[in-house]
Amino acid sequence: MTAEAAPMNRPRVGLLTSIKRLADRYLLMTYTSLAVIYLLLPVAVIILFSFNDPIGRRNFVWQRFSLDAWLNPLGVPGLGESVWLSLVIAFVSTLFATMIGTLMALALVRYEFRGKSLTNSLIFLPMATPEIVMGASLLTLFVSIGNPPFFPLNIVTILIAHILFNISYVVVTVRARLVGFPRHLEEAAMDLGANEWVTFWRVTFPLILPGIVAAALLAFSLSIDDFVITNFSAGQTQTFPMFIYAQARVGVPVQVYVIGSIIFLVAVISVGLTTLAGRRQSSG
Amino acid sequence: MADVAVRLVQLTKRFGGDAVGRRAAKYVPGANADEGFLAVDHIDLEVRDGEFFSLLGPSGCGKTTTLRMVGGFEQPTDGRIELQGEDVTWLPAYQRNVNTVFQNYALFPHLTIYENVAFGLRRKKVADADVRKRVTEMLELVELPGYERRKPAQISGGQAQRVALARALVNRPAVLLLDEPLGALDLKLRKQMQVELKRIQQEVGITFVYVTHDQEEAMTMSDRIAVMHKGRYEQLGDPEALYERPKTRFVAGFLGVSNLLSVDSDGTSGDFAAFKLGDGTACRVPSALVAGRKGKIALGVRPEKIRLTEPGKDIPDSFNRLTGTIAHASYLGVSTQYIVALPDGHRVTVFEQNVARATKAELWATGEAVVLSWQPDHSFIVEEAGDNVDAPGIDALEAVGVQ
Repeated sequence: MTAEAAPMNRPRVGLLTSIKRLADRYLLMTYTSLAVIYLLLPVAVIILFSFNDPIGRRNFVWQRFSLDAWLNPLGVPGLGESVWLSLVIAFVSTLFATMIGTLMALALVRYEFRGKSLTNSLIFLPMATPEIVMGASLLTLFVSIGNPPFFPLNIVTILIAHILFNISYVVVTVRARLVGFPRHLEEAAMDLGANEWVTFWRVTFPLILPGIVAAALLAFSLSIDDFVITNFSAGQTQTFPMFIYAQARVGVPVQVYVIGSIIFLVAVISVGLTTLAGRRQSSG
Repeated sequence: MADVAVRLVQLTKRFGGDAVGRRAAKYVPGANADEGFLAVDHIDLEVRDGEFFSLLGPSGCGKTTTLRMVGGFEQPTDGRIELQGEDVTWLPAYQRNVNTVFQNYALFPHLTIYENVAFGLRRKKVADADVRKRVTEMLELVELPGYERRKPAQISGGQAQRVALARALVNRPAVLLLDEPLGALDLKLRKQMQVELKRIQQEVGITFVYVTHDQEEAMTMSDRIAVMHKGRYEQLGDPEALYERPKTRFVAGFLGVSNLLSVDSDGTSGDFAAFKLGDGTACRVPSALVAGRKGKIALGVRPEKIRLTEPGKDIPDSFNRLTGTIAHASYLGVSTQYIVALPDGHRVTVFEQNVARATKAELWATGEAVVLSWQPDHSFIVEEAGDNVDAPGIDALEAVGVQ
């Protein structure tokens, strides 16, 4: 009986229900928008203020639109050198960390050996150690070896430090890609006449390349903005983050905002390209 | 004697108590992970040139391990592998003139179908024009022309199977190894591919060594089959010999349905050996079947060889006969499967074509008394080896009638 009566007695939409529907529709959207704004606001401010034309040295109050800084991005003494240094350090440390880390990940996933699980846990140690502690201990290490120090604090010590903390991140990223790697593909390659070397370059490497690229991007971005550890191992050398820190006391020049915006754009583009490449590969 | 394509001499693989062994032991019923186990147990085998040879057996019987040793993916613990007379036991996979079609196809996902098929030729530095010609030919052979530019993710399972086959065959190996290549396909496609595989094998004339657990698949395609069990093969022969004259209880149960009757020998008369069943019924089989058999034996007969008749009807004198009552009937369309209970409680399976009796009313009904008869020539004799009785849970074994 109820089943027959139901269509005639259409339940009236109550006030609570309509509020709930309204909330369902808009609350999540509002919440999400607020979260996104929260995340992107600092970046927006950087980009906005890179077009500012400040009075005096302090670029904190919006004055008027200007392209001066963009047209002359390295027009502050010392800025160009520090940016160049940071790029070189990031590039070289990424290269070495990616190579060493990829090989370590291969070994950790592929082979059974004594101390494998210990190595697996130790890999996390550099990531878990507070940067400030790591920086201090590296400084102690560098100055205590040899007299006069075998490692004078300069670009070499910065590189050693950066490669060190980057390796862990590379190993973890590449390892994730390698777990579940279909080993029978390598067997198939060998079956078709490829020796170990050719099998690696023709089959294994192309298939784990997305993982390696992701690891390299991560390493690069970790290296280029590292301040704490770099500050301990730099000596008189000044990287880009260190340059900003030094300038902050007297006022950050607009050019720093320009460089920041450029780095951000490059990051966005490379992430976009990686996503695109990954999508193309997975869809065949 | 025909040329030998593959010769295995005392080939043995023991998976030790190491990490690899423990992992492998998980897939083998009854294997002890820490002590290791014999996956392949001193096999001697010759595969003839140009034949379609199958290794048939349940999972864990050692068939895949044997194939992987021939392919070069697994190193033997002991023994020797010869390919066309050349000892390849210790050669790496890429130096052996064999190619493998893997169970999961193992196509390279980052390469096009064309480059997948060309992979082996590129390794041999074959000239581009030749590569193009041979790849195109091969894709035509497996009926996939026009698929060159696709990626493996863009084709179906059946097509991937064909590409895997083309990728292996294009190298013109001395022997093609196939590891349950049809396992992942659905039934209809599998049947279709069985015919296709056989056609391709005959067309290219390459020796195929085929691993499967599917007895029907092995029977359909093979020239010869080795039925493997616990690291050894129990019987080797052509499909007909294996089906009509299985020599062990395991082979009888693994290939098709068998009725096995425990019998006691009752002497020989002329061309026939006489036996007595438990209840005293006499049976005869050609004495040639018994020659050389030692120990306790059982008499077997296939369900479709048995004729059911009403008591009192004429049956040729030479036939073996039993009496029983219909315990169960299942109508299967083509045929009807009867379970007949013998007076001593044993059960015999009988298949009857739905010709003489076709409608429900005409079929034998449960409880009806029947006479079972068959030609002595349709019997087979299996040895009652104790350790063969506990064959693993194969469906066919459940239908084995009298125990």
